[in-house]
Amino acid sequence: MSSLWNDVLPGFWSAWIIVITLGTIVISAWLLFANRKTDKAADAEGNVETTGHAADEIEEYDNPLPRWWFQLYVGTVIFALGYLVLYPGLGNYAGLLGWTQENQWEAEVARAEERYAPIFEQYQQVPIPALAEDGEAMRVAERLFLNNCAICHGANAQGGYGFPDLTDDAWLYGGTPEAIVATLTNGRNGLMPAWQQLGEDNIENLTQHVLSLSGRAEDAQRAEQGAAVFASVCAACHSPDGTGNQALGAPDLTDDAWLYRRPGQPLEASIRQTLRNGRNGHMPAQAAYIGEDKVHLVAAYVYGLSRRD
Amino acid sequence: MSTALEHPTYNYKVVRQFAIMTVVWGIVGMVLGVTIAAQLVWPELNLGLPWTSFGRLRPLHTNAVIFAFGGSALFATSYYVVQRTCQTRLISDRLAAFTFWGWQAVIVSAVITLPLGYTEVKEYAELEWPIDILLAVVWIAYAIVFLGTIKQRRTSHIYVANWFYAAFILTVAVLHIVNSAALPVSAMYSISLYSGAVDAMTQWWYGHNAVGFFLTAGFLGMMYYFVPKQAERPVYSYRLSIVHFWALIMVYMWAGPHHLHYTALPNWAQSLGMVMSIILLAPSWGGMINGMMTLSGAWHKLRTDPTLRFLVVALSFYGMSTFEGPMMAVKTVNALSHYTDWTIGHVHAGALGWVAMITIGSMYHLIPRLYGRTEMYSVSLIAVHFWLATVGTVLYIAAMWVNGILQGLMWRAVNPDGTLMYTFIESVEASGAGYVVRTVGGLCWVVGMLIMAFNVFMTVRRQQSLQRPQTQAAA
Repeated sequence: MSSLWNDVLPGFWSAWIIVITLGTIVISAWLLFANRKTDKAADAEGNVETTGHAADEIEEYDNPLPRWWFQLYVGTVIFALGYLVLYPGLGNYAGLLGWTQENQWEAEVARAEERYAPIFEQYQQVPIPALAEDGEAMRVAERLFLNNCAICHGANAQGGYGFPDLTDDAWLYGGTPEAIVATLTNGRNGLMPAWQQLGEDNIENLTQHVLSLSGRAEDAQRAEQGAAVFASVCAACHSPDGTGNQALGAPDLTDDAWLYRRPGQPLEASIRQTLRNGRNGHMPAQAAYIGEDKVHLVAAYVYGLSRRD
Repeated sequence: MSTALEHPTYNYKVVRQFAIMTVVWGIVGMVLGVTIAAQLVWPELNLGLPWTSFGRLRPLHTNAVIFAFGGSALFATSYYVVQRTCQTRLISDRLAAFTFWGWQAVIVSAVITLPLGYTEVKEYAELEWPIDILLAVVWIAYAIVFLGTIKQRRTSHIYVANWFYAAFILTVAVLHIVNSAALPVSAMYSISLYSGAVDAMTQWWYGHNAVGFFLTAGFLGMMYYFVPKQAERPVYSYRLSIVHFWALIMVYMWAGPHHLHYTALPNWAQSLGMVMSIILLAPSWGGMINGMMTLSGAWHKLRTDPTLRFLVVALSFYGMSTFEGPMMAVKTVNALSHYTDWTIGHVHAGALGWVAMITIGSMYHLIPRLYGRTEMYSVSLIAVHFWLATVGTVLYIAAMWVNGILQGLMWRAVNPDGTLMYTFIESVEASGAGYVVRTVGGLCWVVGMLIMAFNVFMTVRRQQSLQRPQTQAAA
């Protein structure tokens, strides 16, 4: 059965589709021609006599089919048959034009490439820091950003709960041109493991300790107690001083940027949730969608975002 | 209900029940429609609750207007028409009563389960498997009552209205059972028997034939009885009935793939959906012509008879939307119109302009007769309802045309560098005004339906007060 939905049908199914398609069209056309005319004479109003039977006092004239309607019907049948000669429809018969939706798409993409690729190739030649200063290029880049990136990072690029702010100086994976290009090209998977197994007491201590890293701790004693666990469990990724590790995408915990700070919730509640349940951030790879030249241009836009005054 | 209402031959009780529920569900369904239309203008109206959010109320709206309002109207008129034109009583009063209570049970189940989020996520077939089974049982009972009554007819011929009703009943049974086939996982959760492109094709084979048989063939059955009755003229052409009936039911079956242009559906299936949709134009217009031409010699009646006006304007909208449909099925047009508000406008040109108008016209003919009268309580209120419905429909579809074309053009507009000119959200912002106009159009409809409810109430009550002296005399 599943082969029925492939591009090439098994011979029987191809023949079956041709038979029932043409059969339906032919029978409906035969019906039309067979009932075209009436042999009954018309009355003064132009109506021919009724069929002679009435249903709940409703009579029926036996007027011939209106000519224009008949012609319309014939016209649509001719169109249909013509279309089926030119386009795929009759089973495996490909149609004289050789059209498929796939090759239509490929042709349109090729046409767009031919027309627009030189623009982006030209930008590709410019180093990212210089490109970020090019107003015209950045207008093009902004449009790409708005259509491809803004759905997560926001039209103002300030991100949201779980989506990094691109306008600040905090970089999960680094803010160098090369790092931004790498992020855009291949995407990123930011995995923070869940630490529920440490127990609620340790989670609470770690929460206070993490807060203390940016000078926010409310319970100094717990923050102190959390230091040891931090050193043995968290420091491997977030580094002993909590400043993170861009090679791993482990956030700097000493700054003011909080990727998972849930709106309307105290910061410590978000940290607790992160510690208990972990986090799984996903930045999709863009190179396959927009191509390397556009990645270069968007990278310049992102590079420029955090360097604006 | 007074026994004086009982017809000596026919079962009018079940017709009355369905007719009254047509008005009730019409109001419920349209209030829901206006609610979700307003939610698109003022998102706060989602109330931040899952049960009142657009995603859950929208299927409730479609189920309420198609199956509760439209379904009740089809039951009412088909039971009335089959008895009158076959000159025989329904074969079983008990089975007919079962279809009434069973159908209401299906609707009430929908009203409860859809806002709770139980859904099979198939458009117009959202109900979960236990309700699907109930629906199938009720529908088979309906088929037995209707076809059994035709079999017992005392007339030599089967009148054309009954052909359409019979085709609608049989096909909907097949469509519903095949498309809803699923593997139950728990009491209110199931998984479709089909997957991927096959599932999509099955769904739209069902979906477009729900339009073709439920919303077209069924209501053409209604048209073939109530238009000649109200116009008091013979049907224009018997042979046109034959040609367009068989062509319509034969070709509609193929049209579903036009809902899946430029998708994972194979090219051949898409093409067949498109060409059959184009052939469908003439058979669809056959019904419109037969209805319209039936009025020749009776056009003057439109001046004084707002019920007839409902029926004729319904036919006009039917003609318009069955031209629009084949056009939108053409791939190049569909590439612009698909996924835009144009589709919603097209559906409502059919749903409001055709289905609801022909239903309301038929009800204004039917309801007084069911209660032993010849006229509704107020003919001028019918006229008011007519204008509200017409203006409401025009506002609705015009707003959606503008929005649809606007969205289609904005989505494909590109800058000289090949980047998209607009983001999606900009097309949403640009649609705001259209959503306001659409809501106003919907409000016109709700007000019209409330006027109808009042008119029906007064008609029924007056009938009862007329009966009272007799009852007293008898006592």
